[in-house]
Amino acid sequence: MHSVMLRANALLTFSVTILALMCAMASLSDNFNSPSPTAQVQVLNIYRFQKKRNGDDEVSLTFNMSANLQSLFTWNTKQVFVFLAAEYETPKNALNQISLWDSILPSKEDAKFWIQTTNKYSFVDQGSNLQNKDFNLTLHWHVMPKTGKMFADKIAMTGFRLPETYR
Amino acid sequence: MGWIGEQIDSIKSLQFRQVLTQAISLGMIVTSALIIWKGLMCVTGSESPVVVVLSGSMEPGFKRGDILFLHMSKDPIRAGEIVVFNLDEREIPIVHRVIKVHERQDTEEVDILTKGDNNLGDDRLLYAQGQLWLQRRHIMGRAVGFLPYVGWVTIIMTEKPIIKYILIGALGLLVITSKE
Repeated sequence: MHSVMLRANALLTFSVTILALMCAMASLSDNFNSPSPTAQVQVLNIYRFQKKRNGDDEVSLTFNMSANLQSLFTWNTKQVFVFLAAEYETPKNALNQISLWDSILPSKEDAKFWIQTTNKYSFVDQGSNLQNKDFNLTLHWHVMPKTGKMFADKIAMTGFRLPETYR
Repeated sequence: MGWIGEQIDSIKSLQFRQVLTQAISLGMIVTSALIIWKGLMCVTGSESPVVVVLSGSMEPGFKRGDILFLHMSKDPIRAGEIVVFNLDEREIPIVHRVIKVHERQDTEEVDILTKGDNNLGDDRLLYAQGQLWLQRRHIMGRAVGFLPYVGWVTIIMTEKPIIKYILIGALGLLVITSKE
C-alpha cells in the first residue's frame, strides 16, 4: 500500500513540476515575439461639446480607426484587449486618460480591423479646460496570455484639437 | 484485518523519536509554505501577492478559478492596467480594469475609474454611495501574471469545507503512518 501511495505521490509531483515548467516556457517564449502593430485614427465629427451643469466639459465625437495588431498574437495568446484613450494635460491634472472605446480581440483574424463609431464611454473633463485643447489619441493594447506574463504597449497619435467654442 | 489493521499497528508501534521526527518534518512543511508566502509579499510589495478570480466580470480574459499574480510598485497607475482594489465597506477585493485616470499636477493624488471587461457599465455602482473615483489607497496591486484553473482548489475548499477537512485529515494520517 505504501509503495502505491509513494508512486502516486511521485507521479503527481513529477507531472505538476513538468506542467509548471511548460507554463513558464510558454510564457518565456512570448519574449521572442517582436510585434510591429500599426494604427490610424481620424476624428470625423465633434457633434456635441458643452459644459455640463456641474461645470465639467463634455465632448461627444465620432471617429474612425484602422489598425493591424495581428503581430501581437503568439501561440500563448488568449486574447488582446485594445482601447483608444484621449490623453491631455490640464492646469489641475498632469495627466488625464479617458478611455473612449475598447474591444476584445479573441483571435488573430479579428486583429486587423476598421471601425467607425462614437465614443463608448463619456469624455468628461475634471473642470472646464477643453476649449481649444490639444489632445492625443492613444491606442493601447493589453495582451492576455493563456498562461504567464501579461504584456501591454501603445501607439500615441498626436495633433488632435478640440474646437474653441461649445456646440 | 488488511490495510486498516496494518495502519493501526503502525500507529501503535510509534516510537517517541519517530513521532518527533514526523512532527518536525510537518513543521518544516508549514513554515516553508509561510516563508514562501511572506517572501512573495516582500518581493511583490503587495499585501496579497496571489489572488483567485471569483467572478466572471473579466471574462473571457479571466475566468472564475484563475489565479493572478499581483505586483505593487510606486509606478503611477495608468489606464488599461488591471488592478485589484478594496473598497472601504466591502470585504472581498475586486479585480477590474482602469478606464479613466486623472492625475494631479504636484501631489501624488490620482482619481481612477474602473470597469470589468465583461460588464456593461463602469464600477460606480459598486463604489460607496456618492463615490465617483478610486484613490491610490484603495489599490492593492496590479495584475502582472496569470495562471488558469489553479484557483479552483481554494474555491472548492472555501465553498465545501467538508472536502477541506477530509483532505487535511487524510494528509495528517499519511504523515503519522508513513515511515521513512
